[in-house]
Amino acid sequence: MVEIINSGEQITAGIAGDIDHHTASGIRNEIDAVLENTTPQLLILDFGRVKFMDSSGIGLILGRQRVLQGFGGQLLIKNATGHAEKIVKLAGLSNLML
Amino acid sequence: MAKAVIKNHFKLNIPGRSQNEAFARTAVAAFASQLDPTVEEINDIKAAVSEAVTNCIVHAYADTIGNIEIVARILEFPERTTDSDSPWLYIRIRDKGCGIADIVQAKTPLFTTCAEGERAGLGFAVMENFMDKLHVRSKPDCGTTITMQKRLQLK
Repeated sequence: MVEIINSGEQITAGIAGDIDHHTASGIRNEIDAVLENTTPQLLILDFGRVKFMDSSGIGLILGRQRVLQGFGGQLLIKNATGHAEKIVKLAGLSNLML
Repeated sequence: MAKAVIKNHFKLNIPGRSQNEAFARTAVAAFASQLDPTVEEINDIKAAVSEAVTNCIVHAYADTIGNIEIVARILEFPERTTDSDSPWLYIRIRDKGCGIADIVQAKTPLFTTCAEGERAGLGFAVMENFMDKLHVRSKPDCGTTITMQKRLQLK
């Protein structure tokens, strides 16, 4: 489940629940639908309500980064704590964390 | 090291449907909970199982739905004298899918054979980093068996 907060230049996508291979495609589609319509300068992925995440979450981050690069947008990560933070760090993406 | 005893175990057979990823990791986590693990240990175990089962679904059975066998065991050391003899959780995940031709390449972080589907190529890296031991045995067209072990800290 994804909650989108759109302030024009900036979009925050709050992801809730589990991010695994099964759920990732639905989350991806929800975010990409918004990106396609608004081409924001900044996308913030908010992991604050993520209960579980495996490497599918990294695929989700890298994939959105690729979409944003298509129109010169940037991606940052917010509220990745505990287990989600551990996976983000393992993937070498700490520099994206707010 | 003292002799290990299998204190408890289970075996689970599930079809390789993506809906079962959550079921598999939750089942192993529930089994492991009798060792009174920390939240971090449980999350490590869940992530490692999730990666292994996802590999079966995405790679081993890419064009079909095959069986995934999950075995978990609790190994204890009755003659325990030192902290290094704290209990281990043993997990074995086996498929009869396409197998891995080059295991070293498959384990390389960021390497993936999956051009579509946004796989990060970090499955084995997560298993290796979050568990204490990882072993992969595979033969093309015969399948893959991975075994992982994690030592749980004594409270």
